[in-house]
Amino acid sequence: MARLTINGRSIEMNVDPGMPLLWAIREQAGLTGTKYGCGIAQCGSCTVHIDGAAIRSCVMPVSAAVGKQVTTIEGLASGGVLHKVQKAWVEYEVPQCGYCQTGMIMAVAALLKDKPKPTDADIDATITNICRCGTFQQVREAIHAAAKA
Amino acid sequence: MITKAARIDRRSFIIGTATVGGGLALGLNLPLGGSVVRAQDGSPEITAWVVIRPDDTVVIRVARSEMGQGTITGLAQMVAEELECDWSKVSTEYPTPGQSVARKRVWGDFSTGGSRGIRDSHQYVREGGATARVMLVQAAANAWGVPASECSAANSVITHRPSGRTTTYGKVAEAAAKLTPPAKVPLKDPKEWKLIGKPVKRLDTLPKVTGAQVYGFDLKLPGMLNAAIKDCPVFGGKVKSVEAAKVTAMPGVRHVVRVGDSAVAVVADTWWQAKTALDALPVVWDEGPNAKVSSAAIADMLKAGLDADQAFVANQNGDVKAAIAGAQKKVEAVYGYPFQNHAPMEPMNATAKYTPDRCEVWVPTQNGEAAFAATLAASGLPADKCEVYKINLGGGFGRRGAFHDYVTQAVLIAKQIPGTPVKLLWTREEDMLHGRYHPVMQCKLVGALDASNNLTGLHMRLSGQSILSVVRPEALQQGRDPLVFQGLNPGGDFAIGYTVPNLLIDHAMRNTHVPPGFWRGVNINQNAIFLECFMDELAHAAGQDPLEFRRKLMAKHPKHLAVLNAVADRAGWGKPAPPGVYRGLAQMHSFASYVAGCAEISVKDGNKVKIHRIVAATDCGYAVNPAQIERQIAGSFVYGLSALFMEECTVKDGHIEQTNFNTYDSMRIAQMPKVESIVMPSGGFWGGVGEPTICVAAPAVLNAFFAATGKRIRTVPLKNHGITLV
Repeated sequence: MARLTINGRSIEMNVDPGMPLLWAIREQAGLTGTKYGCGIAQCGSCTVHIDGAAIRSCVMPVSAAVGKQVTTIEGLASGGVLHKVQKAWVEYEVPQCGYCQTGMIMAVAALLKDKPKPTDADIDATITNICRCGTFQQVREAIHAAAKA
Repeated sequence: MITKAARIDRRSFIIGTATVGGGLALGLNLPLGGSVVRAQDGSPEITAWVVIRPDDTVVIRVARSEMGQGTITGLAQMVAEELECDWSKVSTEYPTPGQSVARKRVWGDFSTGGSRGIRDSHQYVREGGATARVMLVQAAANAWGVPASECSAANSVITHRPSGRTTTYGKVAEAAAKLTPPAKVPLKDPKEWKLIGKPVKRLDTLPKVTGAQVYGFDLKLPGMLNAAIKDCPVFGGKVKSVEAAKVTAMPGVRHVVRVGDSAVAVVADTWWQAKTALDALPVVWDEGPNAKVSSAAIADMLKAGLDADQAFVANQNGDVKAAIAGAQKKVEAVYGYPFQNHAPMEPMNATAKYTPDRCEVWVPTQNGEAAFAATLAASGLPADKCEVYKINLGGGFGRRGAFHDYVTQAVLIAKQIPGTPVKLLWTREEDMLHGRYHPVMQCKLVGALDASNNLTGLHMRLSGQSILSVVRPEALQQGRDPLVFQGLNPGGDFAIGYTVPNLLIDHAMRNTHVPPGFWRGVNINQNAIFLECFMDELAHAAGQDPLEFRRKLMAKHPKHLAVLNAVADRAGWGKPAPPGVYRGLAQMHSFASYVAGCAEISVKDGNKVKIHRIVAATDCGYAVNPAQIERQIAGSFVYGLSALFMEECTVKDGHIEQTNFNTYDSMRIAQMPKVESIVMPSGGFWGGVGEPTICVAAPAVLNAFFAATGKRIRTVPLKNHGITLV
């Protein structure tokens, strides 16, 4: 049994506390915007925020998120207004298949929180998500655009 | 024919999953008395491609699949161009394969591979739009009692020019749908296009940034159970025994089932429970006859083919043996290309619901009809008792086109639990071990230079796998696989761009137990490396500039030459590069498009490669959406450069050794070069976009690497040579 706070909502779930947070988010909270891509923290598709910091939820046990604020892609927009990263993603038409993009957006939103005006080197060091469609050129443009917004 | 019960089922499903991308909402009410075919919401279908709602919104049907390449937007542009509708009111939806079968394939081919989404359907989708426009205008003219020739349509508004009266598509749609379609409609001259050729925004972006887009992995159906699967790691092996009792008491576990003779699945309340139990499930495999096969054994088999007497010929002129025998200078090299996995970000999955009377499948697929065929075969039910609902894909790259092994598995599982929908999700590990891999190929090239350093002869001997011999043996030509020679043919959509007086290109087919598949770019990936790197080798042996050496052989190939010249000009070939930066070129004819690339790289410590810029040109004939084409070009280099530097699936004891992204890496943003696209459509033909440019990535970089280091790398991936992308 674990009680998690996801996107401001408190959810009690009857799960093994060692279960990865990703599957609690997807199958217990029913929020499927957070994706499974590898299960070993390589690809970043499962990126969510824990107390504002980007983490890869596929290897984080549920127990480690208890008592903390979990934010998923569904909770990034506030009051029906897209987050500036989401807005830039729409403006620059970043997604292709889109599967990895929710994780990418969460990683970028955390980066901009830490470094509101990231350099290319900051982006290279921080954003390590895999995108097989190859959207990186648009990702970089959109990050800089979001930083100016 | 769609039964009433089935319609109700479908409607309840639609309400539950309104955000499923691309729209599963197409439900057909076939005519009852009248001649109007209606969409699920009752709106009339004008043609099979166009539904107009009373509020003037337009639903355009797209039979091809969206996997990120932008095809639903591009194909909708094609229909809307001729329909003359208000683009801001357009949405798209997928017809289902079952409906297509019931309506004599009114939507044509569903296959979304080979970069053919637009190039193979441009004619009939534009006609679908044009026909609807003519009917809508006729309906307005009838209502006004005026000749249709006095009326015109633009932006979903019909105007009677003499009187200035207007009406809208939504108002006349009912009447238009009752008209007999004209037998023949003229299409616009490309010079009149207003929407085709414009970089309009994609129609599917918003749900992809909010998490609302539902992929197959995300599907939820009432009462659904979840399945995790393990197939025998060795291709051709079987399940020997399973100790199901060891896991049946684990949390959430409902069933442990055999899937065919080679796989076992656990079905549980949640997928995590299913996966956890599967990990704990003792399974003994009968690994079968391939249990000892290794990469080295496969490589030896291919190597033997390089000098084999028997080979299938694709391209031949002159007398290559005599030319080589009489050469002033002979240049020889052997190249090799490995197995590679598609690794789309969304692993394979399918959801199936089976009863003895009906089998339904929800699946991200590049080919709805092939998924439908797999559903029929696995369920044993006839076409009128099956249906497939397509879901947008989290990447395809060829894995989800010709192969529907995951559909077969899902149906075989669902058959054992009748009435319960079962969602089958593969782990990344399952995905890596059970791919349909980029074919392995080796190539021996021998070139002959005369005393003036002219290329007088070229023999390319390919040795390796044939995809068609496994996937579509009926498509072989007296045993020959024509697809092996992509980019090397005398003509067609994959024509070689050089004229060599004595030429022989042939293939010794050497198949393995590792199943090959169509992988973004398919066989042109290795052929481009073989041909374009060897052209550089020949130029070097001739003491000539690689661009000038090529140009001399390209006089009869003006479109190939035009893209090559375009990248050379933009990159500043022949002018000094920045200090430490070296350039490499490549060009090919790929999926009917002419493509070229110029890579600019620097190399540190002899093995750390930084790609500063790639200039890439494509002449795709007509460019439907230039903004999306640029994205496909840039994305193709990520896929192609990942393949060049990082990706190889090796075989040990009959199975693939790489199991996840930690051993099968993929490029990150830090490694991404600046890609400058030159979209230069010359008109008169329709070329592909999703795949063509990928093939020039590797040879352009390899040629630049030679320019930088003097080292010629002839096998992929570069990690095997200690070379990394930084």
